[in-house]
Amino acid sequence: MFEFTADKCLIELDVNGENKNAIVRPSDLLLDVLRNQFGLTGAKPGCKNGDCGSCTIIMDGWPVKSCLVLAVEAVGHTILTVEGLAGTSPVQKAFVDYHAFQCGYCTSGFLMVCHSLWMMKSDADEEEMEDWLQSNICRCTSYKEIRKAMESVLLQNPQKS
Amino acid sequence: MIPIHFEYYRPQTVRQAVETYIRLLQEKKKPLYYGGGSEIISMSRAGDIHPGAVIDIKEIPECMVFEEQNERLVIGAAVTLRQIRDSRMFPLLGTVSKHIADHTNQCRITLGGNLCGNIIYREMSSPLLLSDAQVLFFGPDGVRRALFTDAFQLRMLMNPGELLMQIHISKQYLKSPYRYIKKTANEKIDYPLMSIAALYDQKSWRVAFSGLCASPFRSLKIEEILNQRHLSPLQRAEMVSELVPGQALSDYRGSSQYRLFMLKNTLADMMEEWEHV
Amino acid sequence: MSELRRNVQRKESWDKVTGNAKYCDDFSVSGMLTARILTSPHGHAIIKRIDTSSAWSIPGVKAVITGKDFPVLCGVLLRDRPALAIDRVRYCGEPVALVVALDEETALKARDLIQVEYEPLPVILDPADALKEGAPILHPQVGVLFPDVKDIYPIHGTNIASHYQIRRGEIQAGWKACEYQVEEDYYLPPSDHLAMEVRTARAQISADGKVKITTTSQAPFSVKKQIAEYFKIPAGQIEVHVPLVGGGFGGKASVMLEILAYIASRKVGGRPVRLVITREEDLQSAPCRLSLRSKIKLGADCQGKIQAAEITYWLDCGAYSDIAPNMAKSMASNGTGPYYIPNLFCNSFCVYTNHTYATSYRSFGHESFTYCLERAMDRLADRSGIDPLEFRLINAIRPGDLTPTQVQCTPSNTGNLVACLQKVKDLAKWQGTAPIKIEPNKVRVQGVSCLWKSASPPTNAVSGAMITFNPDGSLNLNTGVVEMGSGNKTNLAQILAAKMKLDISQIHVVYDVDTRLNPEHWKTVASLSGYMAGNAVCQAADDVLEQIRTIAAQAFECQKQELEIADGMVFIKNNPNCYLLFKDIVAGYKAPDGRSIGEPVLGRGGFMLKGLSILDQETGKGKPGPSWTVGVQIVELEFDKRDFTYRLIEAYTVIDCGALINPQAISEMIAGGMAMGIGLASREYLSYDFQGVLQSPTLRTYKLLHIGQEPDYRVGLVQTPQEDAPYGIRSLSEHGIIGIPAALGNALSRAAKVNCTQLPLTPEYLWSISQKGQA
Repeated sequence: MFEFTADKCLIELDVNGENKNAIVRPSDLLLDVLRNQFGLTGAKPGCKNGDCGSCTIIMDGWPVKSCLVLAVEAVGHTILTVEGLAGTSPVQKAFVDYHAFQCGYCTSGFLMVCHSLWMMKSDADEEEMEDWLQSNICRCTSYKEIRKAMESVLLQNPQKS
Repeated sequence: MIPIHFEYYRPQTVRQAVETYIRLLQEKKKPLYYGGGSEIISMSRAGDIHPGAVIDIKEIPECMVFEEQNERLVIGAAVTLRQIRDSRMFPLLGTVSKHIADHTNQCRITLGGNLCGNIIYREMSSPLLLSDAQVLFFGPDGVRRALFTDAFQLRMLMNPGELLMQIHISKQYLKSPYRYIKKTANEKIDYPLMSIAALYDQKSWRVAFSGLCASPFRSLKIEEILNQRHLSPLQRAEMVSELVPGQALSDYRGSSQYRLFMLKNTLADMMEEWEHV
Repeated sequence: MSELRRNVQRKESWDKVTGNAKYCDDFSVSGMLTARILTSPHGHAIIKRIDTSSAWSIPGVKAVITGKDFPVLCGVLLRDRPALAIDRVRYCGEPVALVVALDEETALKARDLIQVEYEPLPVILDPADALKEGAPILHPQVGVLFPDVKDIYPIHGTNIASHYQIRRGEIQAGWKACEYQVEEDYYLPPSDHLAMEVRTARAQISADGKVKITTTSQAPFSVKKQIAEYFKIPAGQIEVHVPLVGGGFGGKASVMLEILAYIASRKVGGRPVRLVITREEDLQSAPCRLSLRSKIKLGADCQGKIQAAEITYWLDCGAYSDIAPNMAKSMASNGTGPYYIPNLFCNSFCVYTNHTYATSYRSFGHESFTYCLERAMDRLADRSGIDPLEFRLINAIRPGDLTPTQVQCTPSNTGNLVACLQKVKDLAKWQGTAPIKIEPNKVRVQGVSCLWKSASPPTNAVSGAMITFNPDGSLNLNTGVVEMGSGNKTNLAQILAAKMKLDISQIHVVYDVDTRLNPEHWKTVASLSGYMAGNAVCQAADDVLEQIRTIAAQAFECQKQELEIADGMVFIKNNPNCYLLFKDIVAGYKAPDGRSIGEPVLGRGGFMLKGLSILDQETGKGKPGPSWTVGVQIVELEFDKRDFTYRLIEAYTVIDCGALINPQAISEMIAGGMAMGIGLASREYLSYDFQGVLQSPTLRTYKLLHIGQEPDYRVGLVQTPQEDAPYGIRSLSEHGIIGIPAALGNALSRAAKVNCTQLPLTPEYLWSISQKGQA
């Protein structure tokens, strides 16, 4: 059985394709460890209650809110953060092209949902896309810009055309 | 951050999980079985609960199983709402999953977590109340099997140390006609003002409610009224909404009067749709 | 001009999509102490005793601070707010103590051990109650303590923090001329800015007394001044840093957490302290949007011309006044909406209650009074038997008309509302007032509202810009404007590019604001940054152009007038082959013979508001802001008559933008404002129980609009240049929100055949007023 009972323990996480070590308490949140120990501040705390989506990262391919994941839970799983996209995901360019952000604070979270959607369900229809994007809140844009950005990426999918 | 310390265990077998739980209980560590973690993390952060240990059940094979076995659909407690909705194996259950929280959270929230959690809506119970589901617990004495309708009396009734391991649903219900309507105060991503799940069995509709009262419920008396097809949908809806008063929730999401008003309309709509089944 | 009309991406775009963009809390936390606040659980109570001894006993605790440790009163206008509550708490969520510890866990553990004994007092949550005889007086000292404050008129012995009035024409004669009248009462509950980035601050103090504050502020220069004033520190000792800000909407213009971070650091010998604020604390403790009660009486003659109005606004500013007296002033000075009303009697009160205190919120109260006023407009249009859009056209303010504060309108200072109304009629295919039946239970209906806004800044607010060059000849633009999403930095770069006749890629902007390095910019609020900093940028550009011409004239041995500057070079107009690239001249020119000519080019531009005045206390006469921006909005929705639910289909805005800069960005800024307006109008409010305890302190309970429920947003623009603004561009960034709640209220009132007088417009609200049979 995998167990952490000490006050602090050393864990190894697979983040953006790199193995990284952190000393954590078992009750430490993945979000806090990513930000405070790895300096990966792309994931943003917006509510720390799983409601806003600004801290969304991708775990084993699926989007998760890193404020609702324990760092120790992530041991043995692959983590992808916005920094790991390294500017190469088509959703990043689409967000730039379609002005899908203003203040930019919710952007990493939205991008991770969009990137996961593109990877996992590139044939998603509008309803499914909306369903995924409803996990996040943007306070600045009208959402139209984010919607257009994601639609443009899904349209690029060869399966669809 | 979570201001408290707790121990973290990730057992590989259900027996290991229960033994760990019992030991921690004896050590007065207030252990909790841990599924998707959403509720345990947010309540721990807020200081509403103070577990001394959490036992993550996501690597226990029995809790992860999601397949048809001998005329039954078996769903492990650690199966996520996303898996349930994506699989389409039990469309009513999938539809309910789709309306809980949001998609990203559905990638984490588990069936067991929704049923056993503190948040009062426990919407996943509705389809199970309607489909003669069985629930399998694993406790210090091994497996205990119960009818979901017996085990879920306003909330899951479990013995100390017991873990909700699996839900079994007879295949005959999986493809039955169904309807599900969730109403919110105004914002779609919100807890239900009320949700109504209906499942057609042979000749009649079964109906369960969440959010309307303090706990989800199914009422045979209500079903009896709703199935009186010689009455108009509106007549039946009115009879039912007269049965509920007093018990209807009243909070800042909606007053009990408004919930009853919505109940009447929503039921009437649903019964209109039944005519086409 | 071509650089202006072009759609350009935000200059910080790629930083924002790669996680590179840094916000206040994205900098390393190692070595920092952590502070957490303890807040009041009561809406109003006497603090009988605070016992911090148990908290001190926790290892790792560095300080436990209570109000009496720093008995200073704060407030940007009236100093009525203690840094931490002293003797009395006035709202639930008010900071009572501050714990500083080695880490957050320790701080929380210690915080929970602080014992506070309260004696609850009666709670006031409505301005109407606050003004009743015998109501508890929340600030007995107001009106006595600061008698010299200008332009603020507290009434001692009452809960009125300030009072403004407008008196114009002959109100009784006005009523006599009226054929139709309406008189309505409105109530709007408080709500929150809900910027996605939670407010926070950090502070440290060096051994020689230098104070460094890093914050999420929209007003770094105000932070510096206020901290200096409250703690009697020379302002030069203080530097305030603001990296990118994750949305502000006015909520980050108030100075609060910076004060807490500062006293936390002071108490631990200046060590760096990071104040950690949770979303729940942000919602309860940090300032929110105002609440409003109003009474509006309007009358029109038989032609539908409004002849008289009696208006009272009771702005509920909550427990402390912050900037709210100015919002009350703004409601008085613009509270008629963009209509000419010859006989006007208006009172605007800023009233204390036990709500969380209010601060500026997108459009500075205009979204609130506009709801009331425009609902009354629709009622009066109906009573007069005139189409509501037509009714607004009849009464729209026009050049030559006087505003409530008796400023004469010109096309330059007010724009063209008539053109906006005409344009929106076509854009939205205005259908009139009759709901169109689309299904047995469903109707489609439109609602309209006009909007206008002027800022209400200090009459002497300033801005500045500095320009330096890089070895490749590209420019660095340095202003004190905070980038919080409104795209100001990109807009300013575009203005500079236009002035320099240069591609915008050659302009680099300095994002972080450091009050020691950047020229002062009053505050990034009021949609004034384009106007104020834009003018400063133009001046700095002129300065740079002049310096380049001077050096080039020496280099070419010609007259400056013979020179032209464009595309990153300076050349002789008649001989374009004779040119110098910026890169060869902006650091001073080295002639082919080695001779050095000129010196490095450094551009400076300063700007100060001119011509504004304090309003006359009796009549309200005066000039509150540099200009007005006018527009009109229409909302179209499908309404279910049976269950009172509705779905938004379209939302239109036509606005006079003066001149176009970055057209796509302008439309998106307006659409974002409309989205916020829809959230505010349809679901957002801070729900307090009768003891003043917030019932919706999380994003699970305070509901925001998610994707998929939004209408299609359509924006139309009218262009009437504002002569004193850079390239004629009008103030425009908050405005999309202003008329949306009213347009939605007007549409739903028609659809549900009810009289909406509140917000938010939830199906339950519509159902409940239909049950009461009022219409």
